Amino acid sequence: MASASYLRLKQASVLPGFGVTLGYTLLYLGLLVLLPLGALVVKASGIGITGIAATATDPRVAAALETSFSISLLAAGVASLFGLLIAWVLTRYDFPGRKLLDAIVDLPFALPTAVAGIALAALYAPNGWVGSLLEPLGLKVAYTPLGIFVALVFIGLPFTVRTVQPLITEIENELEEASSTLGATRWRTLWSVLLPPLLPGVLTGFALAFARAVGEYGSVIFIAGNLPYVSEIAPLLIVIKLSEYDYTGATVIATIMLAISFSVLLLINLIQAWSRKRFGYV
Amino acid sequence: MEPISPVARIAEQGQAVDIRVADVTKVFAGSAALHDVNLTVRPGELLALLGPSGSGKTTLLRVIAGLAQADRGQVFFGGSDATRLPVQKRQVGFVFQHYALFKHMSVADNVAYGLKVRERANRPSKSEIQRRVSELLDLVQLSGFDNRFPAQLSGGQRQRVALARALAVEPRVLLLDEPFGALDAKVRKDLRAWLRDIHERTGKTTVFVTHDQDEALELADRVAVLNQGRLEQVGSPDDVQDHPATPFVMTFLGQAARFNAEIRDGRVLVNGKPAPVAAPKSTIGQASLYCRPWHLKPVPAGHGYHQGIVSGIRRLGSMRRIEVSQADGKKLEVEVALVTNLSVGEEIGLDILDGVIFRDG
Repeated sequence: MASASYLRLKQASVLPGFGVTLGYTLLYLGLLVLLPLGALVVKASGIGITGIAATATDPRVAAALETSFSISLLAAGVASLFGLLIAWVLTRYDFPGRKLLDAIVDLPFALPTAVAGIALAALYAPNGWVGSLLEPLGLKVAYTPLGIFVALVFIGLPFTVRTVQPLITEIENELEEASSTLGATRWRTLWSVLLPPLLPGVLTGFALAFARAVGEYGSVIFIAGNLPYVSEIAPLLIVIKLSEYDYTGATVIATIMLAISFSVLLLINLIQAWSRKRFGYV
Repeated sequence: MEPISPVARIAEQGQAVDIRVADVTKVFAGSAALHDVNLTVRPGELLALLGPSGSGKTTLLRVIAGLAQADRGQVFFGGSDATRLPVQKRQVGFVFQHYALFKHMSVADNVAYGLKVRERANRPSKSEIQRRVSELLDLVQLSGFDNRFPAQLSGGQRQRVALARALAVEPRVLLLDEPFGALDAKVRKDLRAWLRDIHERTGKTTVFVTHDQDEALELADRVAVLNQGRLEQVGSPDDVQDHPATPFVMTFLGQAARFNAEIRDGRVLVNGKPAPVAAPKSTIGQASLYCRPWHLKPVPAGHGYHQGIVSGIRRLGSMRRIEVSQADGKKLEVEVALVTNLSVGEEIGLDILDGVIFRDG
């Protein structure tokens, strides 16, 4: 009986294969996502709440977590702003080399992250092309937290560009014109008419860039300098724990990272749901 | 004091302004979109810019609004030169074919937008804005729709919101670009009558663009007919229909059959026979006679001015139209009574009762 009423749920859809697709989705999520993550949590909880708390409050771990998350948030924010700008330029303006530039945007995805890290470190090192220019200004990028930031912006840039581009294409010229005939200045038009419909795309791009930044390892370790308490990221600490055969310690840090990441992403999703409701049927 | 309704307030502000377009030329990629256009829209008038697509009618409207810049020529509102005035300062109400509503704003926010974006010094208070919004929504018969979003409205409702939004800023003139172009026939018909009503109540000088001659003739005080960037004729609906200035106006405003004619001795001759059409004074030579379907009458074969074969009969309201194939393969239409003994394939002659004559060349 229960199955009969359950079956009725799917009748309204024109798409076939509800059962198959849902089953596959659950299987996929279960095997490839939830099982490993569950094993991680089980392994970590082996040392008990007090053990986890002790690891979390260990100064070096706490410092690494703070470095990882604060710089990731900041970098995702900056990457989103620049991404929005790049998406705008690539969509709204026509200029020679636009298609080429459009293709270049995706390069940070394709490049092995270690290569990106080494390239950035070479550029921003005190004797590198960019680093040597910044050095006299007292600005040190490589081997400092600023270096981590630069690397994370680099790898996070494509996300917002790609999530916002289709939304910008959808905005009709007439909306700007309508706004201007109503007396709005160009800034006002930008702020009140053009940006709000892009917000969901920017938020999605931000969430993706943040998630990627938190987990990023390859590009960061080459440029960060990895000084404990200063420029050591949490993923590196996990690798260090592993190399010391401290599997429990590694899983505990991973579990804490997982929890924080999940809360942040959940929060972003809630903001998105709210903005969808607030701004109606964008 | 009793609150003044927006309609009363606009009427009280009263002075509807005239719009004057002087020698406006606009060139798009080498071809002239507008060619030395001169047009005066009288204060409080409802004028239709009518023409086929590509005739430049929308470009002209956009030049008046300041959304496009003319390469040459000037635009005056109420005698003052507005040519260099940016669109934000022209105080025009503009309604777009596809509504151009702000999708992320509620109906009330859309209507209030033009008031909210004003500089602080000129901005009405919040309660004042709210009052005006509800009055305008009342005017466009959308009271109670304040909190809906554009996506939740029908096409006709969206266009009414767009009009309320345009009226909210108390524009000097109202410009509408194919306002009913995206709507279905029934809604179009309703909105026409409704726009006429709003126009009478607000008294704003209004220009609307359309490619639909019925819409222009039914709605407008005067019709300006555009073709290939040139103004062909400006006149009342009766004027342009009864006294078309050019063959283009004649053929664009409805079905018309063309006959070769000759003007000689103050008479119009078709196939050598004098037709009952007044010849233009002191002209002579080859000409074209244009006849509406009701200017022609079927007569027995061998009679009349012209011969043809009935190739189709269809009903049009309370009349019938017969389609007549001529010897050269071209077809023309003749209006006959509902009850007719003509049949398809029959050879007939055509009598000319009336028509409009244009000299060739």
